[in-house]
Amino acid sequence: MQKDNDILLLKGNEAIAHAAIRYGYDGFFGYPITPQSEILETLALLKPWETTGMVVLQSESEVASINMIYAGGGSGKCVLTSSSSVGVSLMQEVIPYMAICEVPGLIVSVQRGGPGLGTIQPSQSDYRQATCGGGNGDYHTIVLAPCSVQESCNMVGLAKELMMKWRTPVIILSDGSIGQMMEKCILPPYTPRRTDEEIRRQCPWATNGLGLKGRKPNVMTSLELDQALMEKRNRELQKKYARIQQEEVRAEHYHTEDAETLIVAFGSAARISMGAIDNLRQQGHKVGLLRPVTLWPFPEKEILELASRMKRIVVVELNEGQMLRDVQWASQFRCPIEFIGHSGGVIITPDEITRKISEMGKL
Amino acid sequence: MKTPSTLNTPNTPNNSEFSEYNLMDEKTIKSPQNIVYQKPRLMNDIPMHYCPGCGHSIVHKLVAEILDEMGIEEKTIGVCPVGCAVFAYRYLDIDWIEAAHGRAPACASALKRLWPEHLVFTYQGDGDLACIGTGETIQTLNRGENITVIFINNAIYGMTGGQMAPTTLMGMKTSTCPYGRQADLHGFPLKISDIAATLEGTCYVTRQAENTVGNIARAKKAIRQAFENSLQGRGSSLVEIVSTCSAGWKMTPVQSNQWLAENMLPYYPLGDLKNIKD
Ligand SMILES: Cc1ncc(C[n+]2csc(CCOP(=O)(O)OP(=O)(O)O)c2C)c(N)n1
Ligand code: SF4
Ligand SMILES: [Mg+2]
Repeated sequence: MQKDNDILLLKGNEAIAHAAIRYGYDGFFGYPITPQSEILETLALLKPWETTGMVVLQSESEVASINMIYAGGGSGKCVLTSSSSVGVSLMQEVIPYMAICEVPGLIVSVQRGGPGLGTIQPSQSDYRQATCGGGNGDYHTIVLAPCSVQESCNMVGLAKELMMKWRTPVIILSDGSIGQMMEKCILPPYTPRRTDEEIRRQCPWATNGLGLKGRKPNVMTSLELDQALMEKRNRELQKKYARIQQEEVRAEHYHTEDAETLIVAFGSAARISMGAIDNLRQQGHKVGLLRPVTLWPFPEKEILELASRMKRIVVVELNEGQMLRDVQWASQFRCPIEFIGHSGGVIITPDEITRKISEMGKL
Repeated sequence: MKTPSTLNTPNTPNNSEFSEYNLMDEKTIKSPQNIVYQKPRLMNDIPMHYCPGCGHSIVHKLVAEILDEMGIEEKTIGVCPVGCAVFAYRYLDIDWIEAAHGRAPACASALKRLWPEHLVFTYQGDGDLACIGTGETIQTLNRGENITVIFINNAIYGMTGGQMAPTTLMGMKTSTCPYGRQADLHGFPLKISDIAATLEGTCYVTRQAENTVGNIARAKKAIRQAFENSLQGRGSSLVEIVSTCSAGWKMTPVQSNQWLAENMLPYYPLGDLKNIKD
């Protein structure tokens, strides 16, 4: 076993695997797909079942993976899966079950170009799938968007906290570039996995039989034939979502204090935009960045506040304009909103953003 | 069987009233030493939604009795299907996870790996297990997950109102094959247990029925053995139970039992398909 606080040169995907072991996850269930297979491969290589006792299983499909997460989380264990675009589409079957049954679980979505099989190159075209809920019914998942290898690692810890605190599925929305690029990563110290006794105390709702003789049976079910009761459950869920929107919004600012043009971008597009902002500032353009770290809940208030004092907002995404709609909505069109993007796996460069923003001229 | 004259009648205050007729009062009848049959402890007292003559309720009772006899309800997790047994959790007082249609084996795989000391079992219908969930079923059994699959084969989709199932017999009429199942249109009835028996991961594959008292007793023994296999980590166990769906078959309970014996059992013969003891 490696030491605590190891510093390693890792791919984003590898960092997620290391982090899952170190943050004390109980199990990983996943199916191979590029560009995220390193998560399962790294776990297989690290053999955590011999050290922390973490279970690692290559499932037969993403449908099976998500059902494994549903059942594992439902029994009070801390579990994760990972996949990419078409695979995450298959998982939409059971994410709604997790949402309504209030089952914690982490889904790492390392996006590639779509629609369909698309390409294996990086993309952000599953923003809507993640934030609007690709499955059926009125539900949300918390969505975290890392922009570096280090942040990919840290978010595995944050996701654990959030999914257990709110009893909800959490998505880490990475992409092929963050998953594949190598950077220095400071790994966290080992957190021991919870004991059965700790699970029993922390998750009295879980379906694991523990202490059954002294309590009513626990049942995970989304089925409710009485429509009035079903609506009641929905309303309770909405109340929880309102609290999450109050308490869990996270966003990062870069040179927004004196900015006149605001870029709004997440994940790898935000990273690329930072390079463009440095160039543009050298050319005398006052450009800043708001990077939503949580895509749901979305930093609506911050965007409205910034839109009120900006001359222009530019949304940069690796898709055809998905978060754009949320920015337009949040900003209430207090200033003009432009879009720069590429899709299908084509990556935007800082130079292109620099050129396009300087061509937009002064307002 | 105990006869009234040999029955023990302690602490019965007004026993004399009845002695003349050699009858017992209610309290005596219910005293523990006189009980010959009762509702299993783990089964609760609410009305079941199953149709009269439905096979599900019988198998529920067996599961409840076995879990009680084994005394393992605090380390048991059940996975219910989508199908008429979707509400199994209403009747058996253990912890349950309700799986999406066909996915119970995937759920059970994760549960058993995460709770290796627990008994994890699925309870599934033929549509759930042998159609939409075939992939999960075969893969789970082939991995040799240490779980038990209880498989209720009633040759029909009961819950959705009697449509054709993968197990529907040739010539059998359902709402989606109203002229009878035909090979050219619908293919052939699937003997999924026969497939399961060929998989390295299974240790026990057996086909039982619930149409007679004798068959029910044998089915109970089979489920008990499967549960013991699962606890001892011998591999996957599959207990198929050929069952009635009186509503789907549009028959009375008595007719259903006869029809099962005459039509189902010749195609789905009873007995162990595989039984590796060590
Ligand atoms: C994904 C999905 N597809 C279809 C259904 C509708 N559905 C509910 S139960 C069922 C068939 C169940 O038949 P079986 O497994 O044989 O169980 P039985 O009721 O006969 O015990 C179907 C098709 C569903 N709930 N989910
Ligand atoms: S429809 Fe068939 S399987 Fe369903 S409860 Fe009625 S008899 Fe049982
Ligand atoms: Mg059926």
